[in-house]
Amino acid sequence: MALYDWLLFLHVLSAFALVAALVVFWTVAIAARNVDRPVDSLRFFRVAKPANILVVIGTMGTLIFGIWLAIDADAYKVWDGWVLAALVLWAIAAGTGQRGGQTYAEAQKLATRLAGEGRAGEPSAELRTLLQDRRAMWLNIVSSVGVLLILVDMIYKPGA
Amino acid sequence: MSVFAAIRPDEWNFPLLLHVLGAMLLVGGLVTAVTALLLGWRRDAASYSRLGFWALLLIAFPAWWLMRIGAQWIYSKENFNEDDEPGWLGIGYLTADGGGLLLLVTIILTGIGVRRLRGGGEGPSALTRVGGVLAAVILLAYIVAVWAMTAKPG
Repeated sequence: MALYDWLLFLHVLSAFALVAALVVFWTVAIAARNVDRPVDSLRFFRVAKPANILVVIGTMGTLIFGIWLAIDADAYKVWDGWVLAALVLWAIAAGTGQRGGQTYAEAQKLATRLAGEGRAGEPSAELRTLLQDRRAMWLNIVSSVGVLLILVDMIYKPGA
Repeated sequence: MSVFAAIRPDEWNFPLLLHVLGAMLLVGGLVTAVTALLLGWRRDAASYSRLGFWALLLIAFPAWWLMRIGAQWIYSKENFNEDDEPGWLGIGYLTADGGGLLLLVTIILTGIGVRRLRGGGEGPSALTRVGGVLAAVILLAYIVAVWAMTAKPG
């Protein structure tokens, strides 16, 4: 296998990891939306744990191997319009995704603290509010749409 | 490869988008299901198994169709010679169709397991355990398929 093939495989595999993480996050966000007991929310947060690793691998891998590919391949340049568009979309998706995820991280911290205080089974209005936070949901929607647009950009390669 | 990508006809883009998006969502559904079903081995079997089952049924299964329809659509445009198809295409067919069949079996087994757990079963059901292992096998097969589709051996 040539270097280009390895880079393309690792770039696409990173994209799969990123989308897989988003799918897990959305599943957990939707399933935990009406949860108010720490014990129940912690159960969902355990499912999201591998996705926390996948999202880092996916976000960094797509960027690093993507730029490497653009440098390695004769047909493309890093300053091609569709590559620059992908970089801008990547920054938007990563930034909004990270900010949206902070609310869920706060919810996880709160649930862990309440469980540590022996209140794992007691409903918490504060926990419910965090899990239903509309701003976090919209940030995650923007992030996911950004990733979808990157995929469209990668396939259509406008201007290439 | 880079030359191939650069000269790919524009009318292939939409089926390719469907194929890749379907494959990505399929892998996402499988990652969710495998994580939930494996967590259910150790604790809270009923709720984790239920989440795993629904991830398979509502995410992985429709995504498999999206991936498979996109694949067939592109295949119909590529005009491959049936006697001399490239090796990566064979790997793609094997993993897509074999994985699809295995996915169906996994959904049925996990669904029965979840039903038994709802009926008052204690601890993880053997069926949901088998479902977790099968889902992990399918996930590995699709990672091999991603390698075959990108590196295109043969």
